[in-house]
Amino acid sequence: MSDDATFMLDGRPIRFVAGQSILEAATAAGTFIPNLCHHPEFKPHGSCKLCTVKVNGRASSACTTRARAGQEVASDTPELNRHRRTLLQMLFVEGNHFCPGCEKSGNCRLQALAYDLEMLNPHYEHFYPPRPIDASHPDVLIDFNRCILCALCVRASRDVDGKSVFALAGRGTAQHLVVDCPSGKLGDSDFAMTDKAAAVCPVGAILPKRVGFSVPIGERTFDVEPISAHAAHAAETRG
Amino acid sequence: MRHVAPTPPRRKLRVATASLAGCFGCHMSFLDIDERLLDLIDLVEFDRSPITDIKHCGPCDIGIIEGGVCNAENVHVLWELRANCKVLVALGACAVNGGLPAQRNHLDVGRCLTRVYRDRAGAAVPDDPELPLLLDKVRPLNEVVRIDFFIPGCPPSGDAIWKYLTDLISGRMPRLEHPMLHFD
Repeated sequence: MSDDATFMLDGRPIRFVAGQSILEAATAAGTFIPNLCHHPEFKPHGSCKLCTVKVNGRASSACTTRARAGQEVASDTPELNRHRRTLLQMLFVEGNHFCPGCEKSGNCRLQALAYDLEMLNPHYEHFYPPRPIDASHPDVLIDFNRCILCALCVRASRDVDGKSVFALAGRGTAQHLVVDCPSGKLGDSDFAMTDKAAAVCPVGAILPKRVGFSVPIGERTFDVEPISAHAAHAAETRG
Repeated sequence: MRHVAPTPPRRKLRVATASLAGCFGCHMSFLDIDERLLDLIDLVEFDRSPITDIKHCGPCDIGIIEGGVCNAENVHVLWELRANCKVLVALGACAVNGGLPAQRNHLDVGRCLTRVYRDRAGAAVPDDPELPLLLDKVRPLNEVVRIDFFIPGCPPSGDAIWKYLTDLISGRMPRLEHPMLHFD
């Protein structure tokens, strides 16, 4: 890699390898850009828009924009963080996110980002949508109330597990997660606990059964440190 | 927790508190500021509050409300506090997003009442005029009146409440960060 293969992120030079996205390069360098629908092992989806940065003054998703030498990228700015808070608030009111009763609380990326961006309330009028719970599978529960349509399970099941158990159906506010089998129940699909799709949900929508409170609330990943610090430590560990 | 003495205001601030559709857990957590209550009573005096048992709110500087809005009485209490308090603080998860009571929102209230009361032998849906009418959905405070400040948490810790209130009383913009900002 030549020395000029860097771009500027919030005034700091970030080195990158050709083909990396801005988000990948920043993550490797230990700089956190908020994101929800990104996973390093899958093709970017670019749907949550939390990773929106300004590249040479234009708003772009950091997960789908290639890093190029000399780019001026702004991420941690009051304006962008205000927009990110707004996106989070819309996600919170669109579903039924009751943290005190959720097994994922403390390990949830939606909640952790809300902490990190100091979102103190959901601001908008709540939809309180009626959504089902699917407990038909012996090992995994799906609580559709908490699904944020990030499509990580869709991509994991399709691209890694080769099963395509999940898909997003419908459009706009009617969009929802569906399970590919005639009954629509996870228990009737060929989904297995060992699938990648069982381990990628960033929120409490796809939950393994019988382990909910094995780590007490207050001692979980994002109780211990904010998601931005956690991402920086993870980059240090990777070296 | 570092003990930060707040800057005293020029006169004692008048504070009202109320619990609407909550469990009183946030008020309990408020009492968890322990000996700092003695610092607080040098700075504020309480108007309507479960602490004073005053039933109606007079002109106040700060109103602190726990719980969401689940019935007609809650709405009237909330309006009264909004009309009398310069700033209103939503305290806790239920006040902020409806919380546990809002988990009834996917159910039909009429059917709930019928199922619980009328379908039982010899029982009827209570209709005493003293009982406030239930709303069809439980709502957070900011969907009914304007709310100035929010302290999330179920309940927010005594430390978080102390930090927020002392910021507010001292005229600083209140701020909650890790590890005091919690939704659970």
